[in-house]
Amino acid sequence: MQWDSRAKIIFKQNWNDYHLFRIETPKIAVEARPGQFLMVRVSDTPYPLLRRPISIHSRERNALEIFFQVAGQGTALLSRKKEGETLDIIGPLGKEFIPDWEHLGIAYLIGGGRGIAPLYFLGKELKKLGAKVHVLYGGKTLADLPVKEKFKKAGLGMTCSTDDGSFGFHGFVTDLLENEIQKTTPQILFICGPNSMMKKAAELAAAHKIPARISLESMMGCGFGACWGCVKRIKKSDNGKWRKICEDGPVFWAEEIIWEEAE
Amino acid sequence: MMIDLSVDLGFLKLRNPVLAASGTFGYGLEFAPFIDFDKIGGIVVKGLYFGPREGNPPPRLVETTGGLINAIGLQGVGVEKFSEEVLPKLRELDTAVIVNICGASDEEYIQVIEYLDRQEGVDAYELNISCPNVEKNGFCPALDPDTTGALVKQAKAAGRRPIIAKLSPNVTNIVEIARAAEDGGADGISLINTLLAMAVDVETRRPKLANIFGGLSGPAIKPIALRMTYQVATAVNIPVIGMGGIMTAADAIEFLIVGAKAVQVGTANFIDPASTMRIAGEMKDFCERKGIKKITELIGTIKI
Repeated sequence: MQWDSRAKIIFKQNWNDYHLFRIETPKIAVEARPGQFLMVRVSDTPYPLLRRPISIHSRERNALEIFFQVAGQGTALLSRKKEGETLDIIGPLGKEFIPDWEHLGIAYLIGGGRGIAPLYFLGKELKKLGAKVHVLYGGKTLADLPVKEKFKKAGLGMTCSTDDGSFGFHGFVTDLLENEIQKTTPQILFICGPNSMMKKAAELAAAHKIPARISLESMMGCGFGACWGCVKRIKKSDNGKWRKICEDGPVFWAEEIIWEEAE
Repeated sequence: MMIDLSVDLGFLKLRNPVLAASGTFGYGLEFAPFIDFDKIGGIVVKGLYFGPREGNPPPRLVETTGGLINAIGLQGVGVEKFSEEVLPKLRELDTAVIVNICGASDEEYIQVIEYLDRQEGVDAYELNISCPNVEKNGFCPALDPDTTGALVKQAKAAGRRPIIAKLSPNVTNIVEIARAAEDGGADGISLINTLLAMAVDVETRRPKLANIFGGLSGPAIKPIALRMTYQVATAVNIPVIGMGGIMTAADAIEFLIVGAKAVQVGTANFIDPASTMRIAGEMKDFCERKGIKKITELIGTIKI
């Protein structure tokens, strides 16, 4: 973990509510692993007070990319930062996506909406490890799939879905996953998106006995384990105690998650 | 110019008046990547019950204007695990270590003190009689002068170390409670704990916290904390440690001017994890600028 209070925004791009920043931060970049996140200070004033947890979208040499959707006051402020400005960030934080396996085989990455964010970094790293990566990217409509082209450019297989049929498969990304599982047998799933989508994907994983890694989202006070504010009840580990999303997560095995309490 | 930032609480000498507040600093070691412990006055570790404690269901946090409402419910590892796994590491730090003590009953407070009394490396106990998140409707001993005085007296008798009573602001007469703590034998008083608060989601009409109520902290509460610190510091003869919304050295110095001998920095640690160290440094800059040789020259110097 490093603290970089002068991480420079060297590139930014946006698609309506979705924003991508490339941030020069050599020390954090070198440590970063897929699935980890940054705590980003969005204001110099106490309004809003807290940092925002933002997942790492990509590593580009000594820079990191974040991809986020404006979801409230904090991310709205963040979205207005300009190229050349600096950000105060702490990271990389949390546990990574990739398990310590000898062979990863066929890996399916399932992202819903802004949940696609960590899957680009993950896809690239999995590919380096020799995994056969296929990404399923779902959104409500075409406008919710802004980063789809870059996956293809990185040589990662991708199928898209939209709830309204405006692009790709017409239906939920989990319906798409169900179809895919009939055709091929992934060795592992990596899932990030809205809770309802992750829950459905986890059920499919369980039904087909495929191990699945899931990244949970939570509001956080500090992001580094000191406030105990971001807990969820996680099964198996420690007899079902509240576990910190920031430190014990944000990535968990699907079977550890108690969905009724994951909201 | 050499500036002396040290303060003497009578029962404990501090390098400088800046302590990290309980509940915002974990067990201390979480902040090792961010601060030099020998540049702050000390740390108050997260509240400890005798056994491990699960805390409240989530959501536990909600951000409000200039503040944070929390209902963590004192989740923690318990005194045994703390003593075995954390305390040996804290002993190696060159900083004062104050342990915040909790209890579901008077007996539990005593049990915790008796256990910790057998351990080395603790400088004082801060009696957490004021957490609003563990009983329904925010009840805690610090809401009543009699329960405050009685508990402080028992705690004082149970152990060998100084007792700091941490008071709640959720009372009609803070001075009455502070006097009860003093009469009970407290060596010092710290205040304020969080203000009982709530927030509502207008879409769902549900409380934003699973616990319904939580404790408000952060810059939003500083004026109230300052007023109460002033009232208490002028009413008691034991040292007062002020806290509530301190983000900068100027904030901290306000508390010293109204009579606090030291301060605790809480919520600021989440946003700027080096807050304690930064504030101590900024205090020195302030003294330099004002030609103040000893930080103690500021304490209780409010001009009314």
